[in-house]
Amino acid sequence: MNPGYAFDWSSIPGALPFLAQGMGISLEITGVAVVAGIVWGTCLAILRRSPLRLLSWGAAAYVNLFRAVPLVMVLLWFFLIVPQLLARLLGLPPGTDMRLVSAMLGFSLFESAYYAEIIRAGIDSVAKGQMAAASALGMRPAQAMRLVILPQAFRNMVPLLLTQGIILFQDTSLVYVSALADFFGTAYKVGDRDGRLVELLLFAGAVYFVICYGASLLARAYQRRTRMA
Amino acid sequence: MIAIDKVSKHYGAFAVLTDCSARVDKGEVVVVCGPSGSGKSTLIKCVNGLEPFEQGSIVVNGVSVGDPRTDLPRLRSQVGMVFQHFELFPHLTIMDNLTLAQVKVLGRDKDTAREKGRALLERVGLAAQAGKHPAQLSGGQQQRVAIARALAMDPVCMLFDEPTSALDPEMINEVLDVMTELAQEGMTMMCVTHEMGFARRVAHRVIFMDQGRIVEDEAKDAFFDHPRSARAQQFLARILQH
Repeated sequence: MNPGYAFDWSSIPGALPFLAQGMGISLEITGVAVVAGIVWGTCLAILRRSPLRLLSWGAAAYVNLFRAVPLVMVLLWFFLIVPQLLARLLGLPPGTDMRLVSAMLGFSLFESAYYAEIIRAGIDSVAKGQMAAASALGMRPAQAMRLVILPQAFRNMVPLLLTQGIILFQDTSLVYVSALADFFGTAYKVGDRDGRLVELLLFAGAVYFVICYGASLLARAYQRRTRMA
Repeated sequence: MIAIDKVSKHYGAFAVLTDCSARVDKGEVVVVCGPSGSGKSTLIKCVNGLEPFEQGSIVVNGVSVGDPRTDLPRLRSQVGMVFQHFELFPHLTIMDNLTLAQVKVLGRDKDTAREKGRALLERVGLAAQAGKHPAQLSGGQQQRVAIARALAMDPVCMLFDEPTSALDPEMINEVLDVMTELAQEGMTMMCVTHEMGFARRVAHRVIFMDQGRIVEDEAKDAFFDHPRSARAQQFLARILQH
């Protein structure tokens, strides 16, 4: 880019419908991965505390494996290797966009490893005496976990879970490796088509910033409110 | 009601409990005292299986606690326990603290459980606090709720693990009053406590522990008037000085 570069933003207004569609895909992947990641991450966190060695080792191995490989690579594996298998496994109709499904699955499995660690710390943050009190009332371990420990753990964890969700949203831009038209991918394509890559990428960056910064302010406000309560 | 027979427990090479034997009969109030680190809290937690032990046996209401075939949650639902730090569930209201285990463990319907909860709150003088959360109550109030929560399960006996140690002095009596009333109604109670005034007024027997052993197990008056062991004499002298 030379010093005399003349910005031309004119290709953005016309591209807004495509960009909005792309944002829809980004948010869809984020939403699915956050929900699935928290559910599966909770299971992993509980399995890791299991007295059965096989279960606790298995969960630990899963978490350590996914935390030790780059996300792009996981996405590529799922994009390249798993689609045929997946289509058969989930019984999807032939016309389904496997890129979207494999991206959702890849993100969910990857993020659950990170959520598992957050949730494990959240469970540990609930005082040990609470487990003793629940047990003393005759609750079984699963009941005590569900009725007493997890509700408190999740309350403590909300800011961290939100922060992880924001990181996840940013990371969805990595689906460009499978040419999926998420928000970032769409911005790139439009910019490339019109020869206005700089403008489109600056615009996309601004949108990511506004959304992520806004969400992190929300997380902080929530944290302040619960600390006062 | 509670029969503890030759119980021993180790953390590695450190013996927490050595060869402890004691009984608490139905309707009896037994106070367990001794210097800190003497194993009294560990012993009372062994009684409902919150702490495992390696040797000996404990039988509560005819059920052996150490037996691996014993359904411990079921046994615990019949044994009330009150903790030093109250351990109310902070995410639930006072009423929900009282009804949760009634509904989920005993299978009572919600209305019956609430009725029971209301009556017990009335009894410990906290009926007006039913809708509040634990953090909004004073320590003494929280401990009274904790006692009511345990009573809501209709326990066959009650275990108290230093119920007043975490309280400010002016709140100790409101908790001791509830416990005294309970004792007078004939509840079987095992209390780990430093409150010698309570022991003197309410207890039938006193167990004195030191370094993981039961050193004395005497009728109340015998213990306070003529403690046999030098350790118990020292302990009483120190604790009654102030």
